[in-house]
Amino acid sequence: MAQSPVAAPSLGLHQQPSLAGRLDLPKRFTFAAAAVVLVLVALLLSFVGWNGTQVFTVPGQSVGTLLGPTWSPSGTPAEFGILPFILGTLGVMVVAAIIAAPLSIGLAVFMAEVAPPWARAITRPAMEVFVGIPSVVYGFLGLSILVPFLSHNFRWLGFTVGYSWFAGSLVLALMILPTVASIAYDALLTIPADLRSASMALGTTRWQTIRHILLPAARGGLLTAVILGMMRAAGEALAVQMVIGNRPTIPTGLTNPLTTLTAQITLDMGNTTPAETWNKVLWTMGLVLLLMSFTFVVLARYLGRRGSRPS
Amino acid sequence: MTAMRRAILVDRIATGALWGIGILVVAILLAIIGHFLLAAVGTISPAFLFGDPSDTEIGGIWPLIWNSLYILVLTMLITVPLGTLGGIYMAEYAGEGRFTDAIRFSQELIGSVPSIVVGLFGLALFVNLTHWGYTALGGALALTVFNLPLMSRLAEQAIRAVPDDERAGSLALGSTKWQTIVHVVLPIAIPGLVTGVILTAGRVFGEAAALLFTAGSSTPAHFNFANFNLADPRSPWSPFHTATTLSVYIWHINSEGLGSFVEQLANASSAVLIVAVLLFNLGARGLGRLLQRRVTGA
Repeated sequence: MAQSPVAAPSLGLHQQPSLAGRLDLPKRFTFAAAAVVLVLVALLLSFVGWNGTQVFTVPGQSVGTLLGPTWSPSGTPAEFGILPFILGTLGVMVVAAIIAAPLSIGLAVFMAEVAPPWARAITRPAMEVFVGIPSVVYGFLGLSILVPFLSHNFRWLGFTVGYSWFAGSLVLALMILPTVASIAYDALLTIPADLRSASMALGTTRWQTIRHILLPAARGGLLTAVILGMMRAAGEALAVQMVIGNRPTIPTGLTNPLTTLTAQITLDMGNTTPAETWNKVLWTMGLVLLLMSFTFVVLARYLGRRGSRPS
Repeated sequence: MTAMRRAILVDRIATGALWGIGILVVAILLAIIGHFLLAAVGTISPAFLFGDPSDTEIGGIWPLIWNSLYILVLTMLITVPLGTLGGIYMAEYAGEGRFTDAIRFSQELIGSVPSIVVGLFGLALFVNLTHWGYTALGGALALTVFNLPLMSRLAEQAIRAVPDDERAGSLALGSTKWQTIVHVVLPIAIPGLVTGVILTAGRVFGEAAALLFTAGSSTPAHFNFANFNLADPRSPWSPFHTATTLSVYIWHINSEGLGSFVEQLANASSAVLIVAVLLFNLGARGLGRLLQRRVTGA
């Protein structure tokens, strides 16, 4: 046999490339399966993009009116400002990240650097179970425990109803904690062991090594972990909707109710028909969410790439 | 000397804090699981698990469990073969290049899309455009949108983990590349594939937002399991029946605020979901390990 079978494996035993060999059906077949995801992205973009821009065909609706601060879909005149939702989504997300980031990075450092094998044998599977708990369960937990707890014990701080920005952020923080921790953990594991031993050889304590060597070295990966966590937080719908009180005004404070893009879509989509401007605006909100998550992906990619380069 | 003592002190405090975080997180998880299990004792009974739901009392959750399982099986029937084939391409055929990059980027994009947006997409495509209305099939297809890239990536990882020696050995015996993949690579990759399948399945089981506007969110009526007419949307066997799942139901009863029994019902339903997640997780580990032993031992 002239050819090396490793170099031209699809030819196999055939001396002459057969028709099947030249077509390489398996390759084409699996290629088609892999390409489905491209079709899905194209479909998703075109459907959400098309429906999300239909509102601009309605007379009187423009980017300016859409970014207005007033949401009053059944008022006269009806106003469709989605600024409260955008700010609500960003606000809930940022506070959730502020709560979750230190905890989850701490947990990742614990698992990667501090925990003895037996403790790691507990925390790692615990992490996986944590990730697997359905988001409605977190939402219900917030609704049945956190919200009453806040309104009973922290009324003096301003939690009059319990349904609040803070409640939404806390539920989200709990939800994204295991995700952020496991990505951060992977980032810490990729740090070469040399860095660790070189630092320890200089006589530093473990914390000095973590603080001055490992965390800076893993910075890109840790940021990516937080960004992916924020992305999940911004996109979560039902858990948040159950605890934020759904008040469609510009967010005023951590103790007050607010609403988000996802929550409003969840609540209103079933009650409107495609002919209504209201419905078209909900689609626009979906498009905003889609573009937001794409931005996060690009950002995470950029940071991940920058982080992997030795600096 | 004081600087060093201070450094050691800070190290002790930091170590303590890190231990504290680790213990705290595990404690929170145990508290969540324990809370729901304790709250569900007394509610969970055969009558609850296998009874019909009701809007006026606790009732049962059997149709919701059925719908969750139905949509799970339907999604996996599409996701597993397609995802595995896609994974084979990415691991065995794809080279470096624009196209491969585009696929990887698309996988990440789809993985990032909020599930409520996938729900909107499903509403436009599988509910309105097809005139199906809210159906189990529509829900399963919507879930496929974001499970396919996940499955594909897990399959790719499992296949890539197969040592090249195995491939070289098979090819050296004169088998074609495809024969090598089917008879040598895939059997070795099976433990990884199974783990991937079960992890994907666990996600499907808990998903709610994407199903709200595709599979429906109403309290189902009594299911007549003797009706095997697949074209009849009233038959629980039909892919065209309205299929509210257990996760969606937990949200539904809370947002409707039906009555004082809601909390008890939601607690028990959450406990069922959590137990299912635990089973999926243990199943993934156990089965993966078992298959690993059989493949490597054979």
